[in-house]
Amino acid sequence: MSELDYKIIVGLEIHVQLATRTKMFCGCELVFAAEPNSRVCPVCLGLPGALPVMNRQAVEFAILTASALNCKIAEFTKWDRKSYYYPDLPKNYQISQYDLPVGENGFIEIPIAEGQTKKIRILRVHLEEDAGKNLHGENFSQVDLNRAGTPLMEIVTQPDMNSPQEVSTLAVELQRIVRFLGASEADMQKGHMRFEPNVNVVIKKDGSEFKTPITEIKNLNSFKALEKGTAFEVKRQLNEFLDSGEVAKSGNKKTFGWDDTRGVTVLQREKEEAHDYRYFPDPDLVPVVVNEKWLADIKSGLCELPLAMQKRFTADYSLGDYDAGVLTADKDTALFFDNAVKAGGDAKRICNFITQTGLKIANEKGCRVSELGISPQRLAELAKLLDAGTVSATAAAAIFEKMTQSDEMPQQIAESLNLIQKSDADELKKIVDDVITANQQAVEDAKCDGKKTKKAYGFLMGQVMQKTKGTANPQIVAKIMDERLKSI
Amino acid sequence: MDKKKINIEQVKQVAKLARLNLSEAEIAQFSTQMSDILQYVEKLDRLDTANIEPLAHCLPVSNCLREDIVKPSLGTEKTLANAPDSDGQFFIVPKILDEAGGP
Repeated sequence: MSELDYKIIVGLEIHVQLATRTKMFCGCELVFAAEPNSRVCPVCLGLPGALPVMNRQAVEFAILTASALNCKIAEFTKWDRKSYYYPDLPKNYQISQYDLPVGENGFIEIPIAEGQTKKIRILRVHLEEDAGKNLHGENFSQVDLNRAGTPLMEIVTQPDMNSPQEVSTLAVELQRIVRFLGASEADMQKGHMRFEPNVNVVIKKDGSEFKTPITEIKNLNSFKALEKGTAFEVKRQLNEFLDSGEVAKSGNKKTFGWDDTRGVTVLQREKEEAHDYRYFPDPDLVPVVVNEKWLADIKSGLCELPLAMQKRFTADYSLGDYDAGVLTADKDTALFFDNAVKAGGDAKRICNFITQTGLKIANEKGCRVSELGISPQRLAELAKLLDAGTVSATAAAAIFEKMTQSDEMPQQIAESLNLIQKSDADELKKIVDDVITANQQAVEDAKCDGKKTKKAYGFLMGQVMQKTKGTANPQIVAKIMDERLKSI
Repeated sequence: MDKKKINIEQVKQVAKLARLNLSEAEIAQFSTQMSDILQYVEKLDRLDTANIEPLAHCLPVSNCLREDIVKPSLGTEKTLANAPDSDGQFFIVPKILDEAGGP
């Protein structure tokens, strides 16, 4: 395979569950893992005479996301019926958008290497309803319609991705964006994002180009599965090409499922006839007209997008790309950081507080760093104490933890916990002298160049820290210690 | 060759998509009838619609939206009341063999 010169081509369809309280066309509540069939009404059951009514919030979330993805927003859009028979689809059609999607012709920027980005074109963004859930038993199947009618936003990209990594990077970036916008919780564990990549490869051989048949991979609901599934499919197609030489032509697109346990794609049974969804406009639903005023109202919900914020943090605050990425994984955390820096805290110190101490405590409590009860201003004060050498880094972490339980300013907490560093040279000189007098052997070891030098020096420093209960400023102690040892 | 507008094969295809079992006699009958219907509707072709916007809905109404407010659902018991078969929690249907279905 290595001798083949080839290029990977991937386009992606993503279904994103919107963060509404109720379903797309009825007032049934969206509850994860609720009692089966408990959130169902005549509309989601498709009972005769029941009429769907659009959820305004779902329409606005879709328009907001399409705007953030730089799409042209349709002034006029409508609903279509996509007909197919399946037990999880009680109406025998899915309400979707066929020829007039909410948004078209946009792009998303994804980070591909340190500081570098790539634009992936977005073909369309449309709204539709989800189907119910089937559970397959031995001799029968069970159907739960709680999920039926859940608002989904389908985002379709152009085939602009050229590696499995780019595919998963786009998925992660999209997750950040919809979370920043509040359009979706995008919780992978709850199936809020589902992926269907369309994969093929262009192979250069003997001066000609060969395109392998396109395959669509279904059932991908994690970033890892998306990347692994795409990579596997590329390898499989290259091998298949070497075996059969089959190339893409009309009608030989195949559908594969992803078997996560075995880590392989599995060919799904080919339909005897091509899909014929018989789309037509849904007479139960009137069109949606988006005028300038409504669009402006919706767009007022736009915010600085995660990648822009990440770039700003690296450019303005000199953070590394990795740190900036961690901070901007969540909007509230990113804003918390930003505000603490604007309140006068050193960016790198604030970043360390959040990523090293804050995220750990927040994880334990199951909340965000911004919800720990520390205001950005108080965190900035803590950073200043550390900068001034008033407290040590270890003490600062302890103070941070205490600040989650108390409204006191960090200086007060440092005083009450006796964590203010002793920087008074005269006082520290006396303690260093005491330690030197009491530990002659260690002093000798520390002075000669040998195996024990480092250990003995560390021991002496440790003695000073012990005598001051860890409150001595280690830099000042080290300076005094060095002077004293040299003069002996 | 079947010269009708809707030939036998097309009737069979539509019947299959609609999950209908038709007899050979019915298939022939529907082929004729559906072709006649299309032929009748063809009269509309005489109109020049080149500059007419396609109609999305017959009512001059748009934006019937509701607020995102929870309304009571039927509850599991009522939801399953009309089901041909259930286990008190789920609708029970014949074993689904084709895993490839769905949108």
